[in-house]
Amino acid sequence: MNENDIDLEKRRFLTQTTVALGAAGAAFAATPFLSYLKPGAGTLEAGAPIDVDITKLEPGQMIRVEWRGQPIWILKRTDEMLATLDELEPVLRDPDSDESVQPESCKNKYRSIKPEVFVAVGICTHLGCSPTYRPEVAAPDLGKDWLGGFFCPCHGSRFDLAGRVYKKVPAPTNLVVPPYWYETDTRIIVGEERT
Amino acid sequence: MSKCKQYGTDLLAWIDERFPLSKVWNEHMAKYYAPKNFNFWYFFGSLALLVLINQIVTGIWLTMNYKPDAKLAFDSVEAIMRDINWGWLIRYMHSTGASMFFIVIYLHIFRGMMYGSFKKPRELVWLLGMSLYLALMAEAFMGYLLPWGQMSYWGANVIISLFSAIPLIGEDLATWVRGDFLISDVTLNRFFSFHVIAVPLIIVGLVFLHIVALHKVGSNNPDGIEIKEKKDANGVPLDGIPFHPYYTVKDLFGAVVFLAICSWIIFYSPEFGGYFLEHPNFIPADPLKTPEHIAPVWYFTPFYSILRAIPSKFGGMVAMFASILILFLLPWLDRCQVKSIRYRGVIYKVALGSFVVSFIALGYLGTIPPTPTAAFFGTFFTIVYFGFFLLMPIYTRMEITKPVPDRVVWPPKPLAAREGWVWDQVRKLLAAVESTSAWRQADGYRQKIQEFMKNNKYLRHFL
Repeated sequence: MNENDIDLEKRRFLTQTTVALGAAGAAFAATPFLSYLKPGAGTLEAGAPIDVDITKLEPGQMIRVEWRGQPIWILKRTDEMLATLDELEPVLRDPDSDESVQPESCKNKYRSIKPEVFVAVGICTHLGCSPTYRPEVAAPDLGKDWLGGFFCPCHGSRFDLAGRVYKKVPAPTNLVVPPYWYETDTRIIVGEERT
Repeated sequence: MSKCKQYGTDLLAWIDERFPLSKVWNEHMAKYYAPKNFNFWYFFGSLALLVLINQIVTGIWLTMNYKPDAKLAFDSVEAIMRDINWGWLIRYMHSTGASMFFIVIYLHIFRGMMYGSFKKPRELVWLLGMSLYLALMAEAFMGYLLPWGQMSYWGANVIISLFSAIPLIGEDLATWVRGDFLISDVTLNRFFSFHVIAVPLIIVGLVFLHIVALHKVGSNNPDGIEIKEKKDANGVPLDGIPFHPYYTVKDLFGAVVFLAICSWIIFYSPEFGGYFLEHPNFIPADPLKTPEHIAPVWYFTPFYSILRAIPSKFGGMVAMFASILILFLLPWLDRCQVKSIRYRGVIYKVALGSFVVSFIALGYLGTIPPTPTAAFFGTFFTIVYFGFFLLMPIYTRMEITKPVPDRVVWPPKPLAAREGWVWDQVRKLLAAVESTSAWRQADGYRQKIQEFMKNNKYLRHFL
C-alpha cells in the first residue's frame, strides 16, 4: 500500500474510539475492585443497631455501650443537670447545634429525644479521644465555674452535659449524637432512627 | 495544543537526562524490530503477561480478606464469596486466571517447540521460560492449598508425601517441607507466605529476564529465519516491523478476544465442570477422611499420570520430576539444523504430534480413577512422552528437511493454495462448519450488521 493511501482521518477516529471504549471498560473493571474495599455483609452485620435496656439507669448515672466499635454514652440527667444547660449557653460555641451532627429529633437544647436521657457517641470531635464524664460541680482541676459535663484529657476540650462544646477549646463541634429510637420507655435501639 | 506538546517534549527531555526513558521505550517497543510474519501462535506471550497481572491484582485484593489459619481459612474464602462486595468475581477471576495461565503457557511452549524457538541462539530464553513454568507450577500448587478444602488438603498431602520416597532423607525432608508431621496450620501459613510473596517475586524477576534475553537475540518466527541477517542501510531488519504500534495493536486485539473467553467462563462456568475448581474442594479439609477419588487440578494431571504409571513409589516420583525437567534439555536434544516445522522432516512432525497426543491423553487419564485399562494406557503414553525426548538426538539427525527460504515468506500463502494432507483436512473442516445452518444464520446476521453499519453516518468509519 502506498503511504499516501493511508486514511489518517479514519485512523484517528478508530484510535479515539478505541481509547474511549477502553477507558469505559477500565472504569467498569475498576468498579468491583473499589466496591470490594467497602464494608462487606459481615462487617455491616457487626455494625447493626444495638438494643440497650435502661431500666436500671439511675438519675445522674452514665453507662457506656459499644456500637460499631465506638463508645456510646447513655446518661440519665437530673433536673439540676438540665438546669445548667440554659446557664452555660453564653460560653458555648454552637449552643443550637447548627454546625453539629445529630438526628433531626435531637436538634434541641437537650440534644435528645427525651430531655433526661442523653445518648451520644463518646468520641471527642477534635482528634478522636474519649472524653471523661465529670458531673461534679466546681471540680478542683476544672475550675470553680465548672457546672458538670465532659472533659477530654487529650487536649482539654470541654463539653456541657448535652455534649455541647465550649468556646476556646480545640474541639470544633458538639459531640455526635447517633441515630436512636425508643422501642419501649426503657429500651433504646442505637444505630437506626424510627419515628 | 502546540503549547501542551511543547511542555510534553520539555518534560521528556528533563526525564531523559536523568533516566533512560526514551532509550528503553525505543529499544523494547518503538524500535524493537520483530519479524513481520507473526501468526496466531504469537499471541500467547503477551497473554501470559496479561494473566500474570490479573493474578497479581486479584491476588492483592483476595489477600485483604483471606485468613491463612486452618481454623479460619475455609470460612474466610466463603466470606469472600458471599459477604464481601464483588468478592465472588475477584475470586473467580483469580481461580479462572490460574487455569487460563496454564492454557496460555502450554500453547506458548508448544509454539516454541513447533517453530524451534528454543534453538541457538535462544537457549537461555528457553531455560528462563522453563524456570518460569516450574515457578508457576509451584505457585499454583501452593495456592491450591489455601482454600483449605478437601482437595486442597489431600492433594497437597499426596504431593508432599512424594518427598518421603527419597531414600534416607525422605521422611525428614517431607516433615521439613510441612513443618509438621502432617499437613497442618503450620504448612498452610508457610504456603501462604510462599504463594503471596516469595514465588510471585521470583516469577516477576524471571519474566523480566525472559524478556531481556529475548530482546537481546530477537524473536523467532514461523519460518524460523534470523531476520537480523538481512538488514537495510539503516541496520533495520528487512523483514522486521517495530513492535509498537504493529504488535501492540495486534496483541490488544488478541487480549480483547481472550478476555471475552475468560469472561464467559467467569460468569457462566467458573468451576468449569469441576476442572477449574474441583467439587470436593467445597467441603472443608478433614484430616480423617480422604475423598473417594483424588485428582489434581487439570494442569497437573499429565505429570500425575506419569507418577501413577510407574509401579514404584520412588520410581514414580523420579519419573514425574524427570518428565518436567527433561523439557529443559530440549535445545540440546534436538540435533536438527532447521528451526521451523514448516521446513522440517516428516519424522519431527510425527514425533511432535505423538507428543501432543500423549500429553493430552496423560492429562485425561490423570483425571479418571486408576482402573487397569487406564493404567495400561498410562504406561503406554508415558513411554511415548519420554520416547519423544530420549530418541530425539537420533531421529532429528535422520530428518530429511526442506530448503529454508532466505527471507520470511510474505505475503503468507492463502489457505486455498496450501498443499498437503493437513491443509486438506483444515479445508474440509472449514467447509463442514460453513455448511451448517447455525453458521449460515450467523453469517446472515453478520451481513445485515455490516449493511447497517455501511449506511450509518458514524458506524461506517469502523469498516
